[in-house]
Amino acid sequence: MRRLSRRRRRAVEDGGGVAAEVSFGPAAAAAPHAAASVTQQTIALAKRAIKRTVRQRALMIFPMIFPLILFAINGSALSAATRIPRFPTHNYRDFLIAMPFVQGAMFVSISAGVDLARDIETGFLNRLALTPLRPEALLIGQLGGALVLGVLQAIVYLLVGLATGVTFASGVGGALVLLVLSIAIAFAFASLGGLLALRFGTGEAVQGIFPLLFVTLFLSSSSLPRNLIKATWFREVATYNPVSYLLEGLRSLVITGWNAQALELGFGFTLALLVIALALSRAAMNTRLARK
Amino acid sequence: MRRFGAVTRAVAWRSIHNTVVSPAILVPSIVFPLFFLIAFAGGLSRISDLPNFHYRPGYTAFQFVFVFLQSAAFGGVFTGFAVARDFDSGFARRLLLSAPRRSGIIAGYAVGALGRWLITGTVVTVAALIAGMNVDGDGVQLVGLLGLGIAMNLAAALWACGVAMFLRTEQAGALIQMPVFVLLFLAPVYVPLSLLTGWIHDIANINPVTAVLEAGRGLLAGTPVKVAVAFVGLAIAASLLTVFARRGLASAERAG
Repeated sequence: MRRLSRRRRRAVEDGGGVAAEVSFGPAAAAAPHAAASVTQQTIALAKRAIKRTVRQRALMIFPMIFPLILFAINGSALSAATRIPRFPTHNYRDFLIAMPFVQGAMFVSISAGVDLARDIETGFLNRLALTPLRPEALLIGQLGGALVLGVLQAIVYLLVGLATGVTFASGVGGALVLLVLSIAIAFAFASLGGLLALRFGTGEAVQGIFPLLFVTLFLSSSSLPRNLIKATWFREVATYNPVSYLLEGLRSLVITGWNAQALELGFGFTLALLVIALALSRAAMNTRLARK
Repeated sequence: MRRFGAVTRAVAWRSIHNTVVSPAILVPSIVFPLFFLIAFAGGLSRISDLPNFHYRPGYTAFQFVFVFLQSAAFGGVFTGFAVARDFDSGFARRLLLSAPRRSGIIAGYAVGALGRWLITGTVVTVAALIAGMNVDGDGVQLVGLLGLGIAMNLAAALWACGVAMFLRTEQAGALIQMPVFVLLFLAPVYVPLSLLTGWIHDIANINPVTAVLEAGRGLLAGTPVKVAVAFVGLAIAASLLTVFARRGLASAERAG
């Protein structure tokens, strides 16, 4: 029994155990012919994804720290912006705190995409195609590691924000809603990363897309409110850029309190991104798992 | 000296050739500074309406100088990535065996970094001029600004080569990049030094990049300030970093 569990543990590390679990469920030894449900398959793959994420601590730290460095620097360097007439707050950090959450979510998308791309490159996905695995279980399970990273990041950013004097106009409830929205944003971006991995099949291609994600952040209302952006063309781009609404949804909880419109737009665009990315990923996954 | 020149030429040619023929290398080094220019000059131009913000050529020119110098520094940083990649792939070891004067390798990578930045710097300058940047400095002052960029590029390339040769792995990327990035952003990027407050003002005040940035902005505006301080600072940095890069090379030689 001990030998079996040791073998299973090692197999989980290289993905082989996952193939067994997704085929027959965690109680494979007891009931070897019982096919695993979608939930069991998802849990097995999510456990593997979470373990992989947790084991790559060095890769977790940079994406978490980098947005905080920018928050620290820009929070002070741009504090003079609060002297612009009609600027919505006297503390620039209150305004800027939304940025690390979205920036961190973008890093999560790359992390999720690269991990999935590695599974494609190493042939793990092809081996899974030999099992009765459901594509949606693979997709959601694979994103489990990214979700854990998103949750960790959101908590860290919230704590750092509070420690540096960020105050919530919406109170404790607002801070909790901010956590929920930021985790949803991270999951939506992780799905986008998954889609890119499934489409391109290489980690290099996924990383190559990252600058484009970054552009959407910089071409948004990340540094100034849209109504205070002087360049008309920039204001137009920021208005049509969905990232602006993700930022403004998070920011509204800090600066204005309970702003229904900002929250609806924030959650709405997050949900839209999530649904579109998952639907396209599902289609791409079907192609990847084509059982010939 | 002839052998030094031959090694320098060969390494520089390879570095520039690899940059030009590989979009995966060339595009990010051009696109990133352009993004920064668009985001800062476009998105933050309202900052120029702040009381006590006095920069005659305007906010686009104010941000252009930062992006111009940043692209120079990152031209050096990206070359460090190439050095690390050469060690990872085993090419650098073959290069160490075949080069008759190994110090020419550092010089070659530095010239390669300069070649790479001249492409990026040209694109950024053209983009800023298209965006309507005002240039109040005369020809000599603009050559001075170019000189600051070249010196910045050299210092960053020597730093990047040194780290890459000490660590000899692509994973050194973050260590090469982060200090340069942080040093640049701890200077007065968005507003003049006089408008910064708190800890960022104190750090920017002693950050050597501040003098380089202020000198560059002064030259572009036709009102030079701290030019000698900036050039002397960069010369000292380049001298110290030459020693650092040479020691990195010695470390790589010892590792075989």
